[in-house]
Amino acid sequence: METPVNAAAGDPTESLRTALVERADALYRDVDFNCIREWKLQNGGAKAVGFLPIYAPREIIHAAGMLPVGVLGGGDAVEIVKGDACFQSYICHLPRSVVELGLNGALDCLDGMIFPSTCDVIRNLSGMWQILFPNCYVKYLDMPQNYQNHIGGEFFERELSLLIDDLEKLGGERATPQRLRHSIALYNENRRLVEELYKLRIHAPWTVPSSELYLIVRAGMLLPVEEHNKLCKQYIDAVRASARRPMDMARVVLRGCFCEQPPLDLIKTLERSGCYIVDDDWMIVSRWIDGDVSTEGDPLANLVQAFLQRSPACPSLYLQKGKKGDALVEATRDARAEGVIFSAPSFCDPALLDQPMTLAAVKNAQIPCTSFLFAENTGQFQTIREQAGTFADAIKLS
Amino acid sequence: MTIATPLKDASQERQKAMIAEHFHKLAVAHETGRKAVYTFVPGNLTELLLTFDLLPVLPEINALQSGMRQKSGDYVQKAEKMGHSEDVCAYVKCDIGMLHSGNIGPTGERLPSPDLLLLSYTGCFTFLKWFELLKEEYKAPVAMLHVPYQSEGRITPTMRDYVVKQLKEVIIPALERISGKKYDEEKLRHHLALSAKAEDDLVHVLETAKRRPSPIDAYFGAVYYVGPIFSSFRGTTDAVEYYQLLRAEIDERVARGEGPVTPDGAMGPERYRLVVEGPPNWTSFRELWKMFYLEGAVVVASTYTKVGGVYDDGFRHDPSRPLESLADYCLGCYTNRNLRARSDMLIKYVKDYDADGFLVHSIKSCDSFSAGQLLILNQVEKATGRPGGFFESDLVDPRYFSAANIKNRVESYLQMIEQRRAAGAVR
Repeated sequence: METPVNAAAGDPTESLRTALVERADALYRDVDFNCIREWKLQNGGAKAVGFLPIYAPREIIHAAGMLPVGVLGGGDAVEIVKGDACFQSYICHLPRSVVELGLNGALDCLDGMIFPSTCDVIRNLSGMWQILFPNCYVKYLDMPQNYQNHIGGEFFERELSLLIDDLEKLGGERATPQRLRHSIALYNENRRLVEELYKLRIHAPWTVPSSELYLIVRAGMLLPVEEHNKLCKQYIDAVRASARRPMDMARVVLRGCFCEQPPLDLIKTLERSGCYIVDDDWMIVSRWIDGDVSTEGDPLANLVQAFLQRSPACPSLYLQKGKKGDALVEATRDARAEGVIFSAPSFCDPALLDQPMTLAAVKNAQIPCTSFLFAENTGQFQTIREQAGTFADAIKLS
Repeated sequence: MTIATPLKDASQERQKAMIAEHFHKLAVAHETGRKAVYTFVPGNLTELLLTFDLLPVLPEINALQSGMRQKSGDYVQKAEKMGHSEDVCAYVKCDIGMLHSGNIGPTGERLPSPDLLLLSYTGCFTFLKWFELLKEEYKAPVAMLHVPYQSEGRITPTMRDYVVKQLKEVIIPALERISGKKYDEEKLRHHLALSAKAEDDLVHVLETAKRRPSPIDAYFGAVYYVGPIFSSFRGTTDAVEYYQLLRAEIDERVARGEGPVTPDGAMGPERYRLVVEGPPNWTSFRELWKMFYLEGAVVVASTYTKVGGVYDDGFRHDPSRPLESLADYCLGCYTNRNLRARSDMLIKYVKDYDADGFLVHSIKSCDSFSAGQLLILNQVEKATGRPGGFFESDLVDPRYFSAANIKNRVESYLQMIEQRRAAGAVR
């Protein structure tokens, strides 16, 4: 089954939508980060700070007058020439391509890099960056695994305060409470728009192909939040005006891609195989906080509170309460999905160690599921297409 | 090469008896009203568990013992058949496979189910997932201790405060609940003082490798030496006495000018002095060691023997600041240090122990150790001018140990040292 393309020729809404997706696609393919260089030129040499998956306090970077930049790897577009020399055989692909991007100069435009405590690979990558790029500001961001305000919250607030100090020293503005409130408001709007997009997809997935949604959300990894909000709004308007028709496809939730990203062709393959992806965990930073962060009172404390209390159920965070997989079962029901596809990158410890638990929960809830592995540079999709197609057929025939 | 008759040292016999007694206590724990707490080697809080009369169980040690007893392959595959990925840590799969095969420990007795999973999240992300999995398997409570990473190569007051606060408000209350006993800081001080004594003697033993010939192998041999202090015995009089015995034995070897003891007896002449980074392979442990000692290669320092605590930089458990000292211990474990600190440690070892070179053993299972090791290798080579080598296998998954390939690599590496010696680059 091919992706439905049934818009009326010459439809101005569709033309706008095509233009928006093409813009996002161009950003996706900008593996040299030229858009960041241009932004810096246009903004009087303002600084840009990269961050690895899965979380970064983008509000703080923005409040420091800097551009937060998601560094999600090279995908299938970057040939690994030097990056392999730094790593052993058995490791996910993301660090290879990130080091490649660093060594080939693509990331020279970044004045700093934030490495969150996603896993041991990204943790160690922070140390590699300190050695390989001594002139780049490197911050390892230890996300608290204790969620009590006066323990983990206090620790995290100190971590974020240090980041504020560091970014000021790096040549940014002081992220004052006033500036931070303004940035929080912008990112609240961003999360609301992304959430709206996800809800539209749940409601009518034929109007929001996942291959488009992916590109639109991913654009937010490179664009200033103000521009990304505008892009999202325009795309949402175009979706609302869409006349696309539903197809007989299975509604599925996709899990496991929260760090190393699937190639765009993998998403297209799943759609072509008959799956409407109605929920996913791509670029989880875009949806990290459930709801708004308060703009009243102490903004830093509000960010910390939001992190402690409203972070997503994510394999990199210790699950203090509840049962593993409950969140996935709930998300599957909320999205009115008929099945779950576990799609994790090879050698991804957080995803693959989590999977037996979440998969058991899904099976216990009698939700059909299937699983496969990918790498960001996977180029052959026939097997996945057959597997996903069979899965979708089984759902539709049941 | 002639290999002398193997000898069993008194310290080995003592350690064997200690381990047997401990596993027997575990086997009858629930009958005798004792509680079992599962925890990990890096960042273990053994003194604190002893304070509450709790029995530690270390799944990593059980997994490596399963590897040495050739049982891990079946356990790993059993876990994979249950849905655990081929790509993840073999220790975890070995543990889960063992659990589903009767949970028989290394001495042949059954291990008790945990009364508490003490998740000391130190230097290894997999620990977190491992105990989430065990929580599902055993339906046991978890006490989580988040130990921040030393990303800047130092312990900050914020990190220490965070750990101490968790000890006071999360860990100790959990141990009180499980044991039914109140926290007794004086008792903790007593155990910490015993730890410090044993740590002194361990450091003395490890540092004898600076001599020529080295009286010990500080990797293959030293994994036995660190056994008691890395596992259930730190903070006990048993450990103090074991390390006194071991120290006396090694000092005697020094006095006699002897090299290390191997499984085949005394090693022949010392031809190569090496530093090794990374854990050993356990399924072919002796085969791997033999590749070294038959060539006259002795490991004079290793980082694996620091995963359960780094003591040769002066750290000691300190009874005068009990919780702060436990926090510093956790924060200071080897894999909780950043890559620059790890490189610096290796550089120091190569220089201080006058090594001819260093080898990296990259472990498929262990990103904590392995991610970035080739950059470490590059750094150490640059700083010391000594050649580095690299080989790969796994901890307890025998499918990833290719003996011929590794032997070829080790021999080629030693030949390279020989050639560089001939060229005058290495002594």
